[in-house]
Amino acid sequence: MTYKLNVNGTVQSVDVDGDTPLLWVLRDVLGMTGTKFGCGQALCGACTVHVNGAQTRSCVTPVESAVGKAITTIEGVGKTAAGAAVQKAWLDAQVPQCGYCQSGQIMAASALLAANPKPSDRDIDDAMVGNICRCGTYIRIRQGIKQAAQSLAKGSKS
Amino acid sequence: MNTSRRRFLQSSGALVIAFNLPAVIGPASAADEKSFAPNAYIRIDPKGQVSVVVAYVEMGQGTYTSIPMLIAEELEVPLSSVRVEHAPPDERYYGNPLLGGIQATGNSNAVRGAWEPMRRAGAVARTVLVQAAAQRWKVDAASCRAEKGAVVHAASGRRLGYGALVADAAKLPVPDPKSVTLKPREQFKLIGTPAKRLDIDGKVNGTAQYGIDTRLPGMKFATIAISPVAGGKLRSVDDAAAKAVNGVRQIVRLDDAVAVVGDHMGAAKKGLAALKIEWDDGANAKLSTADILRDMEAASSGSGAIARQEGDVAKALAGAAKRVEAVYGVPFFAHATMEPMNATVHVRKDSCEIWTGTQVMARVQAAAAKLTGLPVEKVTVHNHLLGGGFGRRLEVDGVVRAVQVAMQVDGPVKLVYTRETDIQHDLYKPAFHDRFVAGLDAQGTPVAWSHRLTGSSVLARWAPPFFQKGLDSDTIEGAAETPYAFPNMLVEYVQHEPRGLATAFWRGVGPVHNVFVVESFMDELAAAAGKDPVAYRRAIADPRAKAVLDLAASKAGWGKPLPKGVGRGVAVQSAFGSYLAQVAEVEVAPRLSWERGKYRPVGTELRVRRIVCAIDCGPVVNPDTIRAQMQSGIVYGLSAALDDQITLKDGRVEQTNFGDYRVLRMNEMPRVDVHIVDSSAAPGGIGETATACVMPALANAIFAATGKRIRRLPLADQAVPTG
Repeated sequence: MTYKLNVNGTVQSVDVDGDTPLLWVLRDVLGMTGTKFGCGQALCGACTVHVNGAQTRSCVTPVESAVGKAITTIEGVGKTAAGAAVQKAWLDAQVPQCGYCQSGQIMAASALLAANPKPSDRDIDDAMVGNICRCGTYIRIRQGIKQAAQSLAKGSKS
Repeated sequence: MNTSRRRFLQSSGALVIAFNLPAVIGPASAADEKSFAPNAYIRIDPKGQVSVVVAYVEMGQGTYTSIPMLIAEELEVPLSSVRVEHAPPDERYYGNPLLGGIQATGNSNAVRGAWEPMRRAGAVARTVLVQAAAQRWKVDAASCRAEKGAVVHAASGRRLGYGALVADAAKLPVPDPKSVTLKPREQFKLIGTPAKRLDIDGKVNGTAQYGIDTRLPGMKFATIAISPVAGGKLRSVDDAAAKAVNGVRQIVRLDDAVAVVGDHMGAAKKGLAALKIEWDDGANAKLSTADILRDMEAASSGSGAIARQEGDVAKALAGAAKRVEAVYGVPFFAHATMEPMNATVHVRKDSCEIWTGTQVMARVQAAAAKLTGLPVEKVTVHNHLLGGGFGRRLEVDGVVRAVQVAMQVDGPVKLVYTRETDIQHDLYKPAFHDRFVAGLDAQGTPVAWSHRLTGSSVLARWAPPFFQKGLDSDTIEGAAETPYAFPNMLVEYVQHEPRGLATAFWRGVGPVHNVFVVESFMDELAAAAGKDPVAYRRAIADPRAKAVLDLAASKAGWGKPLPKGVGRGVAVQSAFGSYLAQVAEVEVAPRLSWERGKYRPVGTELRVRRIVCAIDCGPVVNPDTIRAQMQSGIVYGLSAALDDQITLKDGRVEQTNFGDYRVLRMNEMPRVDVHIVDSSAAPGGIGETATACVMPALANAIFAATGKRIRRLPLADQAVPTG
């Protein structure tokens, strides 16, 4: 069946079963490989995208449920204020190691900051607990989120 | 593998590999005629663009920054201007000098192996470029110097960028790498300074290419079910329902596996779930972990190959004031790299092309050649960034599966393991059984130390020439050589290969097991002697061990009072050519559970509050990477030591995914303080050190906090009541 998806502001048609996870539609059908496969069970967060701004595990999201909603991926998140701030902070804090989970980390962090510009450590724990990093970059992820929050606060004042 | 290039030397029970420097400074890399490529690692084009071919793969540990730093230091170019390329499979030029010439990245030896050869490679290129400029200006080369990608002649104020010199440089003879002069350490501009990683721009914007991101015209996507019991076979498969799934194109049957090929992974996975498979489980059908551990324990009752012998342990034990005995054990661990096993393969009539991320390029090429019957040179391998390695990608099994599937598919096919297949068909970190006996004198000082370790030798399978006289250098590292002086010492190794699963290198390799048991037992001896754990170690530790112990202890506030339920533990190690000490601080605290709109206490849990590290790895290349690797190794070690183990029931791995194979999460991350010792020692490894040291530091902290001495990993459920 054909579904129309709004990905990063562009509407694209895909012909797949309605229960196909959004992850595989993005990666294999649309060729947007920035979103990663980690577990297929919403246990690791590597596949995190935004659906209408909320962090969403694309590996367990049927494509039919995303129709008519705004899907944002790592390829497009830099166009949002929070996404751009997080990406810059990730470079400044030298967060990534192997980097495989970082698309998901950045998507989760930017959804957090878009909804909560001044997160506490507890808020960061709650927002990021679903994203695992086998390289153990958590300390720098936390630092990156705090730096991004600061730069967003400065940006909104000016 | 070219074994004729290797020589093995027996030295104090460990195997040391000799290598010739010229063997690793190969001839020019395949370059266009207009570029200057004095060796296999450096290419400079007429625009001055410097490309560095890195023989060590990037799996997060920072080699795509540290190795270019070594070259850039001597080549005199800004690091940010260097472009990094993956090395192709070719052991003549990209073989690892510390792994007997095998083209492999592992054992924390990239900087150790590259430290001198890569600086020489950079110095060779710089020498020729300076010579080219001097000829152009008709001046003495000694009156010119290189800086920031250019040669300058200070006396006349002339300056030529490297790009303008490549045509002349390419015509000049390349000097012997051994003849060029290297900078003394005090003249380093780049080495030792915190450098920005060269590999992370794409890792934050989604453009970084891992093997799993390969896209080819007309490619298909596949996933696989492998016999759940090792040694089992595919008996039959009913694929009618799978074939009816929209997007499923083909079912591929192998002797012990079945793959579904489709238009996308969603279709392949749905098809796989629809298969009705019958397996012939074979001889391991009833095997359980308890059987394996029982076999291993039985094997450990005999004597083993002697890894280290000093003095007379039996006599010293007989005369000791106190005797302490203990049995330790570590379980099997999975690697669980974030990027699951995958490879894309296109088998044609006369060639084979592979896209993957591997720690062993040449082995991938050789394995594909063997399977397809093609000559090695007809197999092309494209390496990628690795979404985690940790030793998992030192194995070629995932690529072998992809080639087996691709041999039955028309056109390119990408095989991706599900997470469940990745965890259940890993090659696991070996389990071990360790018996200790020590004798203490009247003052509590150890006068006898006996350690018999029993378990699998990975090296015996992975590189058989390294296993000699019942020993290999990896399995005994951290046991045969400890940081301590024991006057009477016996370390024996009993090789015991488990049934029903394969073993492999895992971050921390030999030391990750040995340091846990040795440093836990040392803590027991300190307790038996009634001594402070730091002071007890310090009294018999070698000078570098003492230095890291003192630094970690003082930074951790060792000896300062702690609240009830909180404890500090210490561990020190000498491994991978580096010294490391860690102090862990843990607490047994109320476990909070989100119930009825707020966090409420439900039982207790173990919480790791802080880890303080002191590391002496010799010369520091990139201090930022050292800090990152300490944090990284600690998380990898904590995850495993707290919660993880792979177990078998009815021959099948019981763990399935990140729900039952736990990885430390953001809310559990302790504070980590890293202190780097200013050291003049030889270069040491970094990537695996912290994984080993954190396990005993944690176990010893649990003892301090709870009084429980836990001798078998994982620790968390034994440390506090579950519920």
